[in-house]
Order: sequence, then structure tokens, then C-alpha cells
Amino acid sequence: MTREEKYSIARWAMEHALGNGAQQARVTISTSNASQVEVREQKIDKLEAANQLNMQINLFVDNRYTNISTNRMNDKEELARFISEAIAGAKHLAPDTFRGLPEPELYYKGDGEDLRTVDNAFSALKPQQKIDHATSAEKELLGKDDRIVSVTTSYNDRLSGTLMVASNGFEGDRESSYFSLSASVSVKDGDARPRGSWNESSIDHNDLVTEGIGTQALKRALDKLGQQKIKSGTMPMIVENRLSGRILQPLIGALNGAAIQQKNSFLINMVGEQIGSGLMSITDDPFIIGGRGSRHFDSEGLATRKRNIVKDGVLNNYYIDTYYGKKLETEPTSGETTNLVFQPGTLVLEELIASMERGILVTGFNGGNSNGSTGDFSYGIEGFLVENGKLAMPVAEMNITGNFKEVWNNLVAAGNDVRLDSSWRLPSLVFDNISFSGI
Amino acid sequence: MILNRRSFIKTGGAAAAGTMILPACLNSCQNLHISMEMQEYLDHFEVTPRILQKVIAEAMSKGGDYADLFFEHKISNTLSLEDGKVNQSFANVDYGVGIRVLKGDQTGFAYTENISLADMLKGARTAASIANDPLTFKQGDLLEKSTPGYYRIAAKWEHTSVEQKIPFVQKVNDRVKELDEKVTKVRAFLNDETGYMLFYNSEGLLTHDYRPMASLAAVCVMEKDGEFENAYSARSYRKGFEFLNDALIEEIASEAVDRTNFLFGAGKPKAGEMPVVLGAGGSGILLHEAMGHSFEADFNRKGTSIFSDKMGKSVAGNFINIIEDGTMENNRGAINIDDEGNDVKKTYLVKDGILESYIHDRISSRHYGVDPTGNGRRQSFRHIPLPRMRITYMEPGPHSTDDIIASVGYGVYVDNFTNGQVDIGGGDFTFFVKSGYLIENGKLTRPIKDINIIGNGPQALADITMVAADYKTDNGTWTCGKAGQSVPVSMGLPTVLVNKLTVGGTNV
Repeated sequence: MTREEKYSIARWAMEHALGNGAQQARVTISTSNASQVEVREQKIDKLEAANQLNMQINLFVDNRYTNISTNRMNDKEELARFISEAIAGAKHLAPDTFRGLPEPELYYKGDGEDLRTVDNAFSALKPQQKIDHATSAEKELLGKDDRIVSVTTSYNDRLSGTLMVASNGFEGDRESSYFSLSASVSVKDGDARPRGSWNESSIDHNDLVTEGIGTQALKRALDKLGQQKIKSGTMPMIVENRLSGRILQPLIGALNGAAIQQKNSFLINMVGEQIGSGLMSITDDPFIIGGRGSRHFDSEGLATRKRNIVKDGVLNNYYIDTYYGKKLETEPTSGETTNLVFQPGTLVLEELIASMERGILVTGFNGGNSNGSTGDFSYGIEGFLVENGKLAMPVAEMNITGNFKEVWNNLVAAGNDVRLDSSWRLPSLVFDNISFSGI
Repeated sequence: MILNRRSFIKTGGAAAAGTMILPACLNSCQNLHISMEMQEYLDHFEVTPRILQKVIAEAMSKGGDYADLFFEHKISNTLSLEDGKVNQSFANVDYGVGIRVLKGDQTGFAYTENISLADMLKGARTAASIANDPLTFKQGDLLEKSTPGYYRIAAKWEHTSVEQKIPFVQKVNDRVKELDEKVTKVRAFLNDETGYMLFYNSEGLLTHDYRPMASLAAVCVMEKDGEFENAYSARSYRKGFEFLNDALIEEIASEAVDRTNFLFGAGKPKAGEMPVVLGAGGSGILLHEAMGHSFEADFNRKGTSIFSDKMGKSVAGNFINIIEDGTMENNRGAINIDDEGNDVKKTYLVKDGILESYIHDRISSRHYGVDPTGNGRRQSFRHIPLPRMRITYMEPGPHSTDDIIASVGYGVYVDNFTNGQVDIGGGDFTFFVKSGYLIENGKLTRPIKDINIIGNGPQALADITMVAADYKTDNGTWTCGKAGQSVPVSMGLPTVLVNKLTVGGTNV
């Protein structure tokens, strides 16, 4: 379906809803075109192609709200019946006066610059090039080490599109592309087969790093040989940049309007308050050129803004959508993160390790969860024991346990190693006084 | 909200469908005996045996040694209650066909959301390209396979209106609020799902399934002395509208309230290794994470599981029997047939302490030269089948629950979990304990909450020293994730003692 055909069917669905009992409607068409090549033992293990098209319709009917979606939009008669039945069903719901489309003045007006989130040559890539990528990542590992028991390399790409029309005056669409190459290596360590993996990704195919992926995965697997758990204790912790999001995610979750309004947040009424150490500064910046989370409008069509979320440890902003904005009697800010930029420090990871007397570098999480209401958490971890500024031994099968209200106040350093290949641009982070459980 | 134009599910439609069988068969195939029920499924997806055979022939045209087509139409509805009222509903319709070609252990796969011959042939060509030595494919004789009825239902969700469902969701809210005045917020959800599946493969096997699912959940938030806590209770079965009744609502409402209340005043144990008593029911998560995933044969054929060399060897005490079952009636994890047309079985993974079977899909059962176990499952037509669990449980053992608790000097008793995970190669697994008790000198003492427990699979299995007789299946909304695919599962366990696991906690 072309862009114009999508607009046409979206407008048609919206008009059908408005003509059949809905006072407001929003139609979103999502597309995804993806492929995957997985290589094992010098053969293609898996070849997958995936093309997806979905229509979602938000219907506002006599102060009632329903949300329907389908991937069947070829037959207008069928689609019309689907919408009409949903409108009839909605009338049985309880009224909810907080429901409604956003105020039109908050919509994105279509005047933003190109944020370069898509590779225009996406469709030009040949299947053989994709196979070659996965094959060459595997080649780095052939005959490299006797302890290798299995290598899987994988090439993935995806072109995603969102197109939206709303009955009170919004139309917009955006696209993003994603290319990635990854390797996973298992090595023998007694009965155990520790696995190391590495992944590189890009928006433009030409920017995809294709070398060193297998080598890095093997290094990470071999680093795990001889993992042991150590005695329980309270120590400082370095979280590797790739994993800092695991520690930040529950805090961002607690800033969400639904969590706050439903009393499932440990950060209720905390705007203007200190929620972390002075090293904690986080900006939500939707306008980074080539940023993985860059966008001019969110899933409601709200124009995105650059916002200070946390400044020097003080909470400045929540994530509030139109519905919870009305419930909480506050202005909506957008309920979604875009590019979350954590202010980096000055030291590289090696220097953070060198400055640690005794502690643990976390290079993997294993399960665990947190309590949104209280901020309590407990996660399984693996990584390395650090002694006198050096990696002393690999550790595994341990837990960290604590409370996020305290942990962020114990942030004592941030690395200067922000990874740019994620919408959350986070550095390695160092926390004091973490409770580890081991032997 | 049903999308299909044909009267597929109404009994009145059967006569009409019947009149269509004869000409369709005369035109397109020889000596095919298609049941009336199967014809309804073919009509539902607007295909004929001739079309299925054409697509399969295209899929096999590059020399694949096996191909299959998985047609799926799924309708799901959710009613949601927040701030006292059922004021949100969701409906989703998903429709398409997955086309898969195997060459040895290699897989080619494509799907289309448009079930037209042209789109299916295009998908078949993409999937076919996994192989590249063209040879003549001989179409197998069409063989229709009927399925057992592991989830017979009384009232289909397609025949149930929004008005019929709303009062039950409202009652959950009202009952939770009645039970405790500390309740400040309630959310409740009812999800129903109806799946139609049609399957055809290059061996000529033609089969179908009708897959219902129903889940009801309550989230309760309470305030006490300025502190908030929340907890969750849910039940899920392959059932129709008969799923909803007052007893179910009472069970969920009171469990949500009890679980929330319990959290006030609950603390943390000391951090470190200690004996862990797993209470009957949801503790089956131990089996799912500590061994279930590591027994999945895809990991083992690739040599990446810590159990890769353990087949036929002793992995646990001789009083331990662990089962993988897809046949438990109306269970969330039950399936009439797996997603690659294989019969569903009850399989002993561990019998008298010996590792007896891995969990197989078609690729791995051929790889190992064993019969399929009916564990080839997929999230949807968009995904390839993988070896997946269904209902994983341990049979009752010789010990008593009281003796098990009494045997522990200092440890924890846990029976309520939210999630778990496993590192297949290293064997480290975890499960997150929402609530439980400290055990001191053989007695349950202080309540505990929000701690992760981590162990190593083979070690933990060997460390199960006592198993009680109080087996219980957990009927919560368990969903298992693997390789980006989610499938519904369930689990169960009698009370067991694991001698030593590492428990999250404090170091003061």
C-alpha cells in the first residue's frame, strides 16, 4: 500500500466512524517490513521475511471509549461492519468524561526538520548482501577457539512506519529503519556452556558496523569461564552502559501518568524534590538528528518537546498523556519517552574500574523485578569482582536487592561511554552501597 | 465483534457449507474425503485442497524436504475497569498464513496477511529459497486428522455480548472494595480470545483447531499509614463464557486483597544461600525456569544447554518425576494439536530422577530420531514453531508439608511469584518472589516480599531433597517468552524443599 493509499483508507475509516455514531475518532496505520538471516555451521539456519500492516482505531462515542484493531483492511464492507459493531458495543460501557482526543493546538503541525530516522535505500538491499553480513560475522570465529561449541550469527532489518489521522485536525506519518548484525557464541566450561553475544545496529545500512562482532561475542563468552559466586556483602556496583537501562527503567516507569494516578508509583508528588544524587541529569530530546527515538509527534499526535526530566538529581517532569492529564488535572506532556539522554561523566569504563577498590562490575542481569508502589527491587546479576582497580574474577548466580529511592541517591559516578545505538543514551553508572547476595 | 462474513460458527451454516463440498471436490481433487467440519475451516480461510497443494508445491519447488502452512484467525476482546467503572474496551482481529520450508535443520519462513493465491505463492517462493537443489516434489495423499477435545466449551465468546460480560468485571471491583476499607484503587480486566487454526503440510496432513482462552485479573492498591502497596490475582483457562461465575470472582477478589494486605509489614530476609521451601502451585515456576527451558531440544541439538550431555543420566533424586503435558482439560497450556500438526502428549522429562526426554519440535525430533512430543508451538502465523513448554509439573512425592517446613532452621517459604528467567547455557535461573515467609527453627515466622531468588538448574534439581503429596496446578495468566515469541503456559508443583538457593535480601 502506498502512503497515499494508506491516508485514503485511514480517512475513509475515520469518516465511517464519524458518520455512524462516533463524535471523535483517530486511525493509526502501522507497517513493518522485516527480514532475518541466521547462520550456523556455515549454513543458513533460518531465513525469514515479515510484512505487517495493521489498522488501529480509537473511537469516542457518547463519552465512551473503545479501541479496535485489525490487519484485515482490504474489504471495506467488512471494515465498515467492524467499526459499526465496535460503536454499538461501546454504548454499553460506562461513560468516562476524561476521554477525548488531544487539544488541537497541542498537535504537531508538520513543520519540523528531517530527523533522519530512515534509510531511503532500505528496499534496495539484496538478499545476498544480508546473507553475506551474517556469514562474515561467523567467519571471524571459524577455528578461533577449541572451546567454542556453538556460534549463531544473525542479520536483521526492519522498516517501520506509522501514519495517523484524527478527526479534530491531525494528519501525520513517520518512518524509521533499523539494521543489525549480531553474534552469539557458546563455549564449553565443564557441563556449563556460557554464552557471549554482541550486537551492532544502525539506521542507515552504510553505517552498520560489520567487523569485530563475532570477536567481541567470543571475548564475552570466554570472560565468563570459571564464574563463581562470592560471599554476600554490601559493595559498590558498576553497571555496564548497555545495561544501565535496567536500573533506570523502573524510575521512568514511576513517572508515568497512569502509574501516578493509579497510586502505583514511588515518585508521587515528587516534582521539585531530590530523587537522586547531583550526578543524575536526564533530558528527553526528540530532535536529535539520527537518534533512535527521534520523532516530531507521539502516538496521540502530540508535538514532542525537549524536556528536562531530572536535573542535578531533582525531578522536573512526568510523562503524562491526554487521558491521565485530564484525570490528574494537569497539562499533558506526552506519555512516551523519545531519546533519553543521561548526562555523561568524564571517565571511561576502564577508569571507573581502576578507581574502584572492591566492588562488582555488572555485565548481565538475570530476571528479578521491582515494586512500582514502593521502589523495592531485586535482580539476578553476573559480572566481575573488582579488586584494587582490576577485574579479579567472573561472578554469577548472585542478586542485588534494594530500593530505588535510595539507589539513585547512591549514584557516585557516570562514565563518558554513552552508547548511541539506543533511544536511551546511557553511560556506565557507579552506585555505592549495593546489597549483593551470594554465598 | 466477529469479522468473518461467513456463518462459520453457527450450526445453521452447516447445511449451506455441506452443499458446497461436492462441487468444490469434483472440480479440484480426486478421492478426497473432507469432513463437514474441515470444510467449514477451508471455507473460513477461503481455500480449497487444490490451493493448499499448489502453495505447498511452490514451497517445495527448490528442494526443501518438508513444508507446512499455518492459517490463523484470532479475535480477542478486552474489557477494562478503572476508577470504579468498566469504561474501556479493546478488540483485535489478526488473520494470516505462515509458510515454512525445512531443509534438514534449516528453516525458510514467510507469512502473508492476505490469503490470496498470489500472495501465498510469493511467500512460498521466499520460504522455498532456504533450499537450492530443485527436484520433483510428489504431493502426499491428503489425510485429514481430527483433534481430541481438550477444551470443550459451553458458550463461545463470539456469541457473548459486551453487556453480558460487563457485570462480571464490575463485580470484581465491587467485591475487592467490600473486602477491605484500605483499598484505594482497583483495576480489573477480562480478556477473551478465539482462535481458528488450519494446518496443511507436504506430507498431506490436514488438520484444524478451535482455541478459546479466557483470563480475568484484578489489581488491588491499598493505603496504610501513608504507604501504598499493590498486588495482583488472575485466573486463565481455555474456556468459554461459562468461565465467569461468582465463585471465580470471589477467588480472585479475595486473593488480590489478601496478597496486598500481606505486603504491609513484610520485610526482607538476610542475603545469601539458604534452604528454600517452595509452596504447592505457582512454585512450578522452578521447573519451568530451572530445567524446562534447558530441556528444550533446540538448545540441546545446538549444544548450548547445560543439559546437552545428560540424556539417560540421573539428574535428581529417585522420588522425582517431572512431566510436560499438553492434555490437561481446559488448562491454559493445553493444545489439541501442536502448531506443526503433531499429536500432543504427556511426556516424562524426568522419571525416577533420570532425564528421559527433551522437549521436541519437528526439527529436533528428526534431528534426534525420536517421536515428536507435540511441543512445536508458535505465537502466531507470523512466527516459526519452536520447542515450547505447555503444562510443566512435578508429581506428588513421599514427604509431608509439615515435615518439610520443620526441617529448615533458617530459610524462606515462598508461594507467590511474578516472573522468572533462565540463562540456558550457564544454567543460572531466577524467580521473583512477590511474597512468602521466613522460616526460623522449623516454623513460618515473619512475612517477606519482593526478593529475587537465583540458582543453577542442574544443581537445584539435584538439591531437591523433599517432595510433598500436596500437588496443585497454578491457573494464573502465565505467559512464556522465548526468541521474541510468547505462548500461554501453566505449571504446578507439590511443596518441595530445595536445600540451597541464593536469596536476595539485606546485609545488615
